[in-house]
Amino acid sequence: MANLLNIENLHANVEGNEILKGLSLKVNKGEVHAIMGPNGSGKSTLASVLVGNPNYEVTEGSVTYEGKDLLEMDPEERAGEGLFLSFQYPVEIPGVSMTNFIRLALNETRKYKGLEPISATDFLKLMKEKRELVELDKSLSNRSVNEGFSGGEKKRNEIFQMAMLNPTLSILDETDSGLDIDALRIVAAGVQKLRSKDNATIVITHYQRLLDHIKPDVVHVLYKGRIIKSAGPELALELEERGYDWLIKDFD
Amino acid sequence: MVEKQYIDIFTQYRKLIDENSAEGLNIYRDEALREFSQTGFPSKKLEDYHHTNVAKFFEKDYGLNLSQLGKDFNPYASHICDVPDLSTFLFFLVNDLFYNENIPVSILPNGVYVGSIREFAKTHTDIFSKYYGKIADVKNNGVVAFNTMFVQDGFLVYVPKNVEIDKPLQLINLLQSSVDYLANRRILIIVEDGARLKLLACDHTVDSSNFLVTQVTEIFAGKNAKVDFYELEVNSEAVVRLTSTFVHQEASSNVMVNNVTLECGVTRNNYRVKLAGEHAEASVCGLVVAEKEQQVDNHAFLDHAVPNCTSTQLFKYILQDNAIGAFCGRILVEKDAQKTQAYQTNRNLCMSPQARMFSKPQLEIYADDVKCSHGLTTGQLDEDALFYLRSRGIGKQKAYDMLMQAFAAEVLQHIRVPSVRERLLELLEQRFKGEVSRCGNCLICK
Repeated sequence: MANLLNIENLHANVEGNEILKGLSLKVNKGEVHAIMGPNGSGKSTLASVLVGNPNYEVTEGSVTYEGKDLLEMDPEERAGEGLFLSFQYPVEIPGVSMTNFIRLALNETRKYKGLEPISATDFLKLMKEKRELVELDKSLSNRSVNEGFSGGEKKRNEIFQMAMLNPTLSILDETDSGLDIDALRIVAAGVQKLRSKDNATIVITHYQRLLDHIKPDVVHVLYKGRIIKSAGPELALELEERGYDWLIKDFD
Repeated sequence: MVEKQYIDIFTQYRKLIDENSAEGLNIYRDEALREFSQTGFPSKKLEDYHHTNVAKFFEKDYGLNLSQLGKDFNPYASHICDVPDLSTFLFFLVNDLFYNENIPVSILPNGVYVGSIREFAKTHTDIFSKYYGKIADVKNNGVVAFNTMFVQDGFLVYVPKNVEIDKPLQLINLLQSSVDYLANRRILIIVEDGARLKLLACDHTVDSSNFLVTQVTEIFAGKNAKVDFYELEVNSEAVVRLTSTFVHQEASSNVMVNNVTLECGVTRNNYRVKLAGEHAEASVCGLVVAEKEQQVDNHAFLDHAVPNCTSTQLFKYILQDNAIGAFCGRILVEKDAQKTQAYQTNRNLCMSPQARMFSKPQLEIYADDVKCSHGLTTGQLDEDALFYLRSRGIGKQKAYDMLMQAFAAEVLQHIRVPSVRERLLELLEQRFKGEVSRCGNCLICK
């Protein structure tokens, strides 16, 4: 399978503290990778570094994405290249309407790829189709981005944006946190429908339950800024049962 | 002393000033002169003028048009307002002179007067003398006194009892002169009991000369009257604009004043609103987008004189480059004004390290059963929001523009005439794109 993402010996700081300490990870097209690990192990830092959050500083290592140096790119370029992060805490942006926001995002990423802006009719059709995918209420598209959305609506809105932008590599950062069973099912079904042999997904989660719906090819355990174990989906089940202690005791 | 030369001019040309104006305006000049001689122009020494040194602006030599000579210029020919759905009754003030020719025939409701303040003063002496100069107090206000001394013409709207003008009125204030020019204009708006009026006043500069403008506006809202007064300033950087707007509200009246500054030189806007009848509602809003060396200073004073009134102030500033903004919002709740509700919000963005904002909320409350609040923030754009937009593929500059637009739009959302609101939102968008905020195909702003 074609390699999509290649992280080698990645070190990253936030506010002067080193969080990632030599992380390596390979993701191929068509794969779903789950990243698990105790709190503070660096899962969200990895997600933030990959999408270019300016609060994080990479001090060592490399990230190659479709053969290109990802770390050299601005966040908007990474989005143009097909990278997408479903935020753990989606930001509320008062005054910016959902429709204007997603239309601009779509057209800017299309422009990056050398495509014409989408026509108004096609845009509305696409909106409707993708909204139904995550069962997002129509009225939300007339509201400001995430403003006054419930926790579940915010997460469904992230997957809605993912569906609209059709990324090559999606990173879901604890998309399951704060979701009730129904919302979890909707979100997972949405992600599942978007899977193809041409894209890949990194699922960051604490819990097995999301992985019941989105079946991963590989499960990694991240601890103290490095991946300490990688195995098949059965690892997630084992972690659910036994916790992390048996794994991490050798690394403390 | 800068005042002396103006007192000399006034004394010397008094006859000319009077001849080219109307008796109703002339009789106020002596008192104004007395007050002006005592008070003079406000300088930085006064706390309320700490950020705008008015006296300094008058040091420069400006031309006056005391003979009130008209211009060989038909604004109706070059003005093409192509705002969709914005059908207005259109009028012009060229500098400080009402443009009385070529006015398209418009069918205004019976008894309504819209036009020159000077002509109205001659033809409707009773009504005029009942209102003119009654709330624009020349005491302790050098600029208002100065305006009252020199003013010869301006704009007047009179809407009699229970009459509603369905379409908005649009007044375009043009600054046009090949030499540096001092314009003193007056606006008087009388909306009697139960009457309704929507007025949009747009300020534009046609020539590149230096301009100094004093504008005194008096708005009377009778019982149950409803008045919308929107102002848009798109002036050149060579314009100093000093406005004083006075509002008097009777019981259950509803007045909205909303001022948008998109392009300017130095602007100082004073608002004084008196809630004189119970259950009156006032909204005073302002939006400022300033860049380069532009300065905008807004002062609002809401006076709750009687119980059960509501007032809202919302002022937002976006300051780029070396722009300076100032805001002072004062709420006075008088002793018996129980059940008052008065809210004030001032939010500001400094988009560069050099931009500066000075803000001062003042609450003066003498009643004990009131709801009053004020909120003030000055800061930068939300970095998290910026990153969120960028992570979706929206470039840095577009993301900035989008967030600034969203920040500013809140003030425009208060505009109660949808077509005006939409047009201003569009102009705002142009402004952030770095395009000159000009209205579509209109030829007025070169």
